[in-house]
Amino acid sequence: MSATKKLDRRAVAARLVRDRGQMIVVSSLGAPTYDLAAAGDHERNFYLWGGMGGACDVGLGLALAQPDLPILVLSGDGEVLMGMGAFATIALQKPRNLSIVILDNQLYGETGAQLSHTASVADLARIAQGCGIAETSVATTEADIDLLAARVNRIGDGPMVAVVKIDGAEQPRHLPSRDGAWLKARLRGALGLESM
Amino acid sequence: MKSASAAPSWPRQIYDTFKAFDIRQVPYVPDGGHAELIRYIHADPEIRAVTLTTEEEGVALAAGAWLGGQRAALLMQSSGVGNCLNMLSLIKTCRFPFLTLVTMRGEWGEFNPWQVPMGSVTQRTFEMMDIQVLRASHPEEVQDTVAYAAQMAFQGGTPMAVLLSQRLVGAKVFAK
Repeated sequence: MSATKKLDRRAVAARLVRDRGQMIVVSSLGAPTYDLAAAGDHERNFYLWGGMGGACDVGLGLALAQPDLPILVLSGDGEVLMGMGAFATIALQKPRNLSIVILDNQLYGETGAQLSHTASVADLARIAQGCGIAETSVATTEADIDLLAARVNRIGDGPMVAVVKIDGAEQPRHLPSRDGAWLKARLRGALGLESM
Repeated sequence: MKSASAAPSWPRQIYDTFKAFDIRQVPYVPDGGHAELIRYIHADPEIRAVTLTTEEEGVALAAGAWLGGQRAALLMQSSGVGNCLNMLSLIKTCRFPFLTLVTMRGEWGEFNPWQVPMGSVTQRTFEMMDIQVLRASHPEEVQDTVAYAAQMAFQGGTPMAVLLSQRLVGAKVFAK
């Protein structure tokens, strides 16, 4: 494998959840939701199929409500660009149990591979830093992903944002349930809450 | 004889209602009409005040809070309601309980005409996304209106918005 080869998004997602314990994972619409589902369905997965720009805030609400559980938001560059203010909101709240992993392919893969802002001008890790999130990183190797997997599965010192540079190749769609009410009830059930 | 001013202010009554319904996360984009309530929220260690950069963040946050077992109430001004529109699809599709309190601009002695376009369609905007709308225009109706909205939201699962009229909140005075 050459040093310049970018990471495979499916392998990254699978590695992050491989040794999961109590962790809850929220995935943003489009490819991150397919990636998370392809890694194996789980009652603590909450797949978003809409609400673009809101994935990090869904994670924040969950993290504040369940401070003892690690919460991972598995997102993409387009999703995060649409809701960048969430970095500032999260930095202000300082949840120690919230990790945001951005699978950054630098394009809008779902809609015809148009280049996103991260392909040339926008650096999401530095934007997160500038919003006040102290722990940020950029992952480019499998060793980085091993470290990241350990980090997202535990409670840290504050919120964490990691940008993972992934290959832009389109993967076969892997479609989990689109029944939002059922997904909500399933996750709440896993936490011992009533379904509604 | 007790004076009329001994009764709690209507923002205080909203706060008391939030406590009665065990609301634990209060995301907001500030508005002058919510300022007193926001002070009570920040002073309460059992309620998390979440300052937002845009109102739609609060819709997503409220969904996450409910997934994790906590109740939220979103505070905003009428001009922010349009910012929430697509994010409200999350509430509708997943059938999340939802409660928002909206201070109204652009309807009662409004000096700034830029507030009128959104203020005049606030109720319709919510109704487009199947959010039920209640309104309070006088101090004595605030507590009941908020309490019944909270009951419908958290006990019935119905997404609810309460509009707090500009008549109640008071128009900003910029010029005579």
